[in-house]
Amino acid sequence: MLSALLIVTLLAILFGSLLGFAAIRFKPDDDPVVQSIDALLPQTQCGQCGYPGCRPYAKAIAAGNAEINQCPPGGMPTIEALADLLGREVKPLNPENGRESARRVALIDEETCIGCTLCIQACPVDAIVGAAKQMHSVIAKECTGCDLCLPPCPVDCIDMIEPPRDIHDWVWPMPRIDTAVSKTEIPESAAETV
Amino acid sequence: MKFQHAPAPHLTPPNSVALVMRQVLMALIPATIAHVWFFGPGLLVNMLIACTVALASEAIMLHLRGRPLRKYLGDYSAVLAAVLLAFAVPPLTPWWVTATGVVFAIVFAKHLFGGLGHNPFNPAMAGYVVLLVSFPAQMTAWLPPAIDQIAHVDFSLWQTIAIILSGELPATIGWDAVTSATPLDRVKTGLGLMQTIGEIRQNPLFGDFGGRGWEWLANWFAVGGFWLLYKGVIRWHIPVSMIASLLLIATVAYMLDPGSHASPLFHLFSGATMIGAFFIATDPVSAATTDKGRLIYGAGIGLLTYAIRAWGGYPDGVAFAVLLMNMAVPLIDRLTVPRVYGHES
Amino acid sequence: MKSNRRIWPIHGGLNLPPHKSDSTAQAIVQAPVPPELVLPLHQHIGEEAKPCVEVGAHVRRGQLLAKVTSYVAAPVHASSSGRVSAIEDRPIPHPSGLRARCIVIETDGLDESVPGTGLGDFTAIDPVLLRAELRRQGLVGLGGAAFPSAVKLNRLPHHQVRTLILNGAECEPHISCDDMVMRERAEDIITGARIMMYMLAAEECLVAIETDKPEAIEAIDTAIARAQDSRLELVPVPTVYPEGGEKQLIQVLTGREVPADHLSADVGVVCHNVATAAQVKRTIIDGDALTSRIVTVTGGGVAKPRNLDVRLGTPISWLIAQCGGYTDKAERLIMGGPMMGFTLDDDSAPIVKASNCILVAAHDEVHAGGDAMPCIRCGECARACPVKLLPQQLYWFSCADDHDELQSHHLFDCIECGCCAYVCPSRIPLVQFYRASKSRIWQQEQERERAERARERFEERERRLSEQKLARKQRLARRRAALHEKGNGNKVQEAVERARKRRAAMRDEEPPE
Repeated sequence: MLSALLIVTLLAILFGSLLGFAAIRFKPDDDPVVQSIDALLPQTQCGQCGYPGCRPYAKAIAAGNAEINQCPPGGMPTIEALADLLGREVKPLNPENGRESARRVALIDEETCIGCTLCIQACPVDAIVGAAKQMHSVIAKECTGCDLCLPPCPVDCIDMIEPPRDIHDWVWPMPRIDTAVSKTEIPESAAETV
Repeated sequence: MKFQHAPAPHLTPPNSVALVMRQVLMALIPATIAHVWFFGPGLLVNMLIACTVALASEAIMLHLRGRPLRKYLGDYSAVLAAVLLAFAVPPLTPWWVTATGVVFAIVFAKHLFGGLGHNPFNPAMAGYVVLLVSFPAQMTAWLPPAIDQIAHVDFSLWQTIAIILSGELPATIGWDAVTSATPLDRVKTGLGLMQTIGEIRQNPLFGDFGGRGWEWLANWFAVGGFWLLYKGVIRWHIPVSMIASLLLIATVAYMLDPGSHASPLFHLFSGATMIGAFFIATDPVSAATTDKGRLIYGAGIGLLTYAIRAWGGYPDGVAFAVLLMNMAVPLIDRLTVPRVYGHES
Repeated sequence: MKSNRRIWPIHGGLNLPPHKSDSTAQAIVQAPVPPELVLPLHQHIGEEAKPCVEVGAHVRRGQLLAKVTSYVAAPVHASSSGRVSAIEDRPIPHPSGLRARCIVIETDGLDESVPGTGLGDFTAIDPVLLRAELRRQGLVGLGGAAFPSAVKLNRLPHHQVRTLILNGAECEPHISCDDMVMRERAEDIITGARIMMYMLAAEECLVAIETDKPEAIEAIDTAIARAQDSRLELVPVPTVYPEGGEKQLIQVLTGREVPADHLSADVGVVCHNVATAAQVKRTIIDGDALTSRIVTVTGGGVAKPRNLDVRLGTPISWLIAQCGGYTDKAERLIMGGPMMGFTLDDDSAPIVKASNCILVAAHDEVHAGGDAMPCIRCGECARACPVKLLPQQLYWFSCADDHDELQSHHLFDCIECGCCAYVCPSRIPLVQFYRASKSRIWQQEQERERAERARERFEERERRLSEQKLARKQRLARRRAALHEKGNGNKVQEAVERARKRRAAMRDEEPPE
């Protein structure tokens, strides 16, 4: 009886310390996790999540300091993808971080712009060109729609507009038939009834 | 001028689900006539009961699931399941037994899995197997064919209706006088009593290939099946592979020991082989979808049918074989994906 | 000569009611020049052309209006003479119904041309120059896809093109423009074929024509006999839809499949439409730019169905008027055929290089839709698919928006021929699901690329900012070191001390409120 207890206790101690050693010695480098989280984020670098950019947010998620529902530009698809990757529960977007909206791009009203360069300094992806006392302009293709250029502008000459729709980024609508078993509800506007 | 917006292709498809189901129902007409000829009007009464119950349960389920009634009731799929089940049960089956089978087929086997197109199991066979297990006495109360050499009792249409609705025979007759074992059943019992096939076949119930009357019924199922093949409603793969595999294994067994194994032709013309090959195994929803997969699926049904007939507890095995192969369909489909143009296999 | 070459049948396919005789009863009609021509800058596969004329400029037929900016592209030429009245967004023939940039010409009715000079004996000219000429004159495939022809006639060093196939297997119902071109311009086609063979150094040329076009077979046969070129061979092929697809036709004639993600030239075959061949002749021998094409105008919704030689940019409404106008039954306006064509909301859109057919369908000729049932897994779609896909599986994955499964079931090999949807007893608009899924996948890919670019730009900026910070620090440190070296270090220290004392004194005088 006593010997059995002793053996079990010893075994428990042995394996426990083995596991403990392994946990410290072979600690997985969390970088790959951060990278795969970062790959799912929309890279708007807008900071709406409360972190200064997508990568810091990815790090915070990986460290368990942030929820997966703090990214308004990514919206539901990003939350689902993160939940899938990390095996967490899907939850709705946290309204404190903002609301999900379609991609927008900044447009500078070139009449009003005084050339102060403040927006250029604020842009996280260098999508605004211009020089001091010169008119500034947004490279619409590179703009992520992060809104970060709006607050610094002293003359409120920047508007967020929907990017112009042309035939190149037009997509065929998904047909809607009442028999279809669709995983995601297709919004009314994006679908046509056939 | 403003024009209509619509996706290509713009031509009207020549086919529809309702048309397919209607054609299958039409192909069952010759066998229906033969059935009534040999076994009395019980089938017609059962069909009526089965269709009524089927449409009613379909309507209730569609309503509960919030689907349009008119569109789905008009597709004849519930009617077809009901008619096939009516063929499967004996002609004088009490109405509540048939109704139980139909309700199980429509509610459980079809709608609880998602309705038309989503049922993994053939609804008619699922319903039939439930009856087979739950009402063994009623499910074996088959009649002898109405042929002079065989003792049989003729019932008029009204008597038949009365029997089916009440579940009781007229007071003067007993069930033993009315019912008779099917040829498959007789073979099974005979072999169990250590009789040889030759001895068993002395019974007047047996005809040239299968049982008298029964073999004609099989013929007329085949005629309907050939018409479906001609119309392109069903494709050849399942019937051919099912019949071929059944014949093959039956031939091997027959050649090894003709005394204790029925002839391959007996298997072909007995029981549910023909209706199974052309009308049940070919149900597209629960069958494999690729050509190669259908060959495997049909062959599996043929082999399982023989195995159950020869070594199982039931005289016929088509229903079980179909349901068992239904289970294998996702796997078969996965393993038989055809090679796409321009891709390595 | 007509050949008895072995034919390899395609998988699946359909026998469809042809409806071609409506528009082939009459010879090709020369459509008059409309009062206004609308020429979209993007009529071809590839990059949009860039306008090189000003509004108000006077242009003549064949004059360059918009030039190419990349390799896969085609320029746009004026298709009649007149004044450029606008360069603006106009309705174009596109399934989206969106507008796109067009050059609008107000024609002057004189129809003057820039003098065209043919190149004469093509065998004396370097194929590179011939290709440049085709490119300069805006030639694209006239079968409907409008891929720049010069690109497809480029003989890459690793390609050994043995066979040139001329595609006269116009298999889609209603369309008959290639048939009419073969009947009436067989000589041009054969000359064009010889030019293309020369450019590709091909050993043989197979002209494939479906057997339901006996007049075209006769005409091409005669033209080949007259050309006395034994490398040319007429191959009648069975009439089955969609045999006219490039990959399908190559399979029919050679028994070979073009491997996925490869060009047909990789199996030694190049395929061009017969009308393209005729236009090659017109460009090289006659010096004409691509300014007109043959268009089939047909269907129960148009009074007089026929084939017309139409100037590019002609508004469809005006073209229909040349065919007796709409009938009361007109319901759907389709560019292309009834299997693959797309509907147009607005008939002010112009005829472009890709417009092979304008089908004005009557209500009894088209499927109204709305009658889709659940898939019953009958597998008829897989039997009909010429690519051997599993359409019903793709449909499930498309509904589930499962992009990985869609791609592993080769969604992008789908040629959108419509066979599956046509045979579907459940009448599911299958092809529309595939089109939508394809564009969703593309869109997602684009978004991913955009995010990737944003990440790179963000990281680049972070790097730059930290470098700047570091540089500033170093500069400061250097300056400080320089001051020390000059021996002014103490002075600075003294100055700092002085400032501190002064500030402390000020604080004493003015206590905080």
